[in-house]
Amino acid sequence: MVEADPGYAGVLIAVLGGAIRVGTPFLFVSLGECLTEKSGRINLGLEANLIMGAMSGYGVAYLSGSAWLGVLVAGLTGVVLGLIHALLCQQDKVNDIAVGIAMMLFGTGLAFYLGKPFIQPVAPRLPSIELGAWSDSPVLRAALEINALFVVGVILAPLMAWFFRYARWGLLVRTVGESRDAALAMGINVNRVRLYATMGGGFLAGVGGSFLSLYYPGSWNEGLSSGQGLMAVALVIFARWNPVYCLYASLLFGGAAALGPALQSVGITWGYYLFNAAPYVLTLGIMIATSSRKQRFAGMPGEMSNI
Amino acid sequence: MSEQKLNAGRRKALKTLSALSATGLLGSFVPGAWASAKKVKMGFIYVGPRDDYGYNQAHFEGKSSLSNLDWVKTFDEENVPETIEVVKSMESMINLDDAQVLFPTSFGYFDPHILKVAKKYPDVMFLHCGGLWDEKKHPKNVGSYFGYIDEPVYLAGVVAGHMSKSGKLGYIAAIPIPQVLRNINSFTLGARSVNPDITTNVVFTGGWANPVKEAEAANSMADQGIDVLTCHVDSPKVVVQTAEKRGIYSCGYHTDQSVLAPKGFLTGAEWNWSKVYADYAEMIKSGKKIPNLIRGGLKEGVVKPSPYGKAVTAKAKSDADAVLKKFMNGSMVVYKGPIKDNTGKTVIPEGKAYTQTDIWLESMDWLVEGVIGTTKG
Repeated sequence: MVEADPGYAGVLIAVLGGAIRVGTPFLFVSLGECLTEKSGRINLGLEANLIMGAMSGYGVAYLSGSAWLGVLVAGLTGVVLGLIHALLCQQDKVNDIAVGIAMMLFGTGLAFYLGKPFIQPVAPRLPSIELGAWSDSPVLRAALEINALFVVGVILAPLMAWFFRYARWGLLVRTVGESRDAALAMGINVNRVRLYATMGGGFLAGVGGSFLSLYYPGSWNEGLSSGQGLMAVALVIFARWNPVYCLYASLLFGGAAALGPALQSVGITWGYYLFNAAPYVLTLGIMIATSSRKQRFAGMPGEMSNI
Repeated sequence: MSEQKLNAGRRKALKTLSALSATGLLGSFVPGAWASAKKVKMGFIYVGPRDDYGYNQAHFEGKSSLSNLDWVKTFDEENVPETIEVVKSMESMINLDDAQVLFPTSFGYFDPHILKVAKKYPDVMFLHCGGLWDEKKHPKNVGSYFGYIDEPVYLAGVVAGHMSKSGKLGYIAAIPIPQVLRNINSFTLGARSVNPDITTNVVFTGGWANPVKEAEAANSMADQGIDVLTCHVDSPKVVVQTAEKRGIYSCGYHTDQSVLAPKGFLTGAEWNWSKVYADYAEMIKSGKKIPNLIRGGLKEGVVKPSPYGKAVTAKAKSDADAVLKKFMNGSMVVYKGPIKDNTGKTVIPEGKAYTQTDIWLESMDWLVEGVIGTTKG
C-alpha cells in the first residue's frame, strides 16, 4: 500500500523514522539535563558531553571493536565532565551558566583535538532491532529499525518520572532543587546531591553522544552535533522539567528535523529553507505559545530562578 | 577587530625593524643571494578538518604532495570559519610566516574577507578556489582556480544511469550555488544520455556540513526507491555510508570514498590539486606572472574519476570509458543544445553549444529537465 503511493505516506513514515533516529540524542541529553536541573543546577555544557561522548565512544569502539564498550566509555566521559562542572559550580559565587559555557568550549575543543585520528577510520556500529519485520514494506521496515538505546531512553523517561515522584533519592533531588535552605535545614548535603545529579546528567548526555557517532548518522566528524546539545537543554524548559514530556518533545524535534529532507525527497521542492528550519521555528513557536507573564514556568525547580 | 589590526600593525612594525637592523649589521649582504636562498612559501586555509573524506582533505592532499619539493615551504590551518577568523589566519600567515601566496580554499572566504586583506597586502598573491574572480571588479593580486569537476560527475552520471534499476537517482546538495547546480545538471545529463527517462531528486540540506540532515536525506531518498545516491557537501562520508547501509549504490565526490562502501560504491569525481599546487609553486619559483584565472578539467589533469567499484557492470564501464576518451581528446561538450530546464523552458537552443571554458556556465541558476528540485527555497 505504501509503495503504491510513496508520496505523502512516505513523508509521514520518514518523519516517524526521523523522530526516532534524530530524536534519540535529544532524548538522552534532555533527560540528563532534566535530572541536573531538578537538583537546582543548570548545565549548559551538555553540548560538550554530547560531542565528547560521540568522540570517545567512537574512538573506543574503533580501538576495542566493541560498540557497547564505546557507549559505556562515552557515558563515563560525560560523568567526568559533569564532575568538573559540579566541582566548579559548588564554589562560592560561581555562576552555573558561565561555567557551562566554559565547559562547552573546553569539551568541544578537546573533542576536536583528541578526535583527529578517528575521523578517517570506520568503527563498528551499534546493532538495530527490526521492529518492522512484520511489514513487507521496506520503507516502513527501515523507519522502524530501532536502536536499543532508543528503547532504553523510552523506558528511562517514565522511570525517571516515577523516581522524582516516589523514590527517596528522587525526592532528595527535588528538595535540593526546590529550596536549598529547606534542604539544608533537613540536614541534606546539598552539594553532594547536586554533584551526583550533575554527574548522572552528564552520563546520559555522553550516552546520547555515542548514539550520534555509533548509530546515527554513525561516524565521527567535527560537525556531528551542530548544536543539538544546546537545543536539548532548551527542550527541557518546554518539557516543563517532566521526563515524560522530554520524550515527547524529543520525538517532536526529531520529526521536525526530518521534515525538510523528507519533503524534498518526495518532490515537494518549495520552501526547503523554511522546512529545514522547522525545529527552530517550532522552538520559538512553543516558547511563545506557552510563556506567561504572570507566573514562572510551572514545574520549574525553585532554585533555578535564583541563577 | 581594532585590536586585531593593531596586532598586525605591531607585527609588521617589528618585522620591519628587525629587517632594518639585519641589513644594518650585514651591510655587505647581497640581496640577490638572499632571494635565491628563499623558499617558496605557500599558506593553505581550510574551512573544515584536513581529513574529512571530502573537500578539505582533497586540498590537504594537494598541499601535502608539495612536501617532496624541498624548495617549497607550506603551512596550513584547518577549521577556519568563513568569518573574521579567516582574516586573522591570513594576516598571521603573511606577517608571521612570510607567505608569498595564500590559498584560502573555501567558497565563502572570498567576499569580503580575501578582497579586504588583498588590498592591504598588495605583494601577496591570494588564490581562491572557486570561480569568483572578476577582472573588472577585483584586485590584481587576487585570482581564482577551479576544476571542471562536473566532467567526472558527468561520467559518474553515465555509470549511475546504467546501474539504476528504478530510474531514480538522488543528489544531496548543500546550497543552490552555480557550481552545485552545474554538478547536479551534469550528473543528470550523464545519466539521461544512457536512459532518457531517468530523474534526479535533489535535497538541499542548507549547509556544507550537516551530518544528521545528510543522513536523514539519504534515508528518505532510499525510502522513495532511489537507488543511486551522490552528493555535493563538504564530506560525503555520511551519505556514502548511509547508502551502503541501505543497500543502494553511491557515487563519491571530492576524494575517493570507495573504502566506505565496498559493495555499493560505483565511481566518483575527485580533485587532483597536487598537480595544480605544484604548477603554482613552479611558476612562483621561476618568477613567472601568475595568471588570475586557472581552469582545467579531466584533460588538464585538474580533476579525475575515482576507480570503478566492484558492482559496476562491464557495459557501464565501457560506456563511461568511451565518454572519458572524448573528454580527454577535447571533443566532448556537455552543455550542447537543445537543453530544457525542469520547468520546460529551453535554456540552450538547438545548435548552440557551451564548451567547458564558457563563463556563462559559471552563472548557472537552472536545473536541467529530469531534475526534481528547485533553485529557489
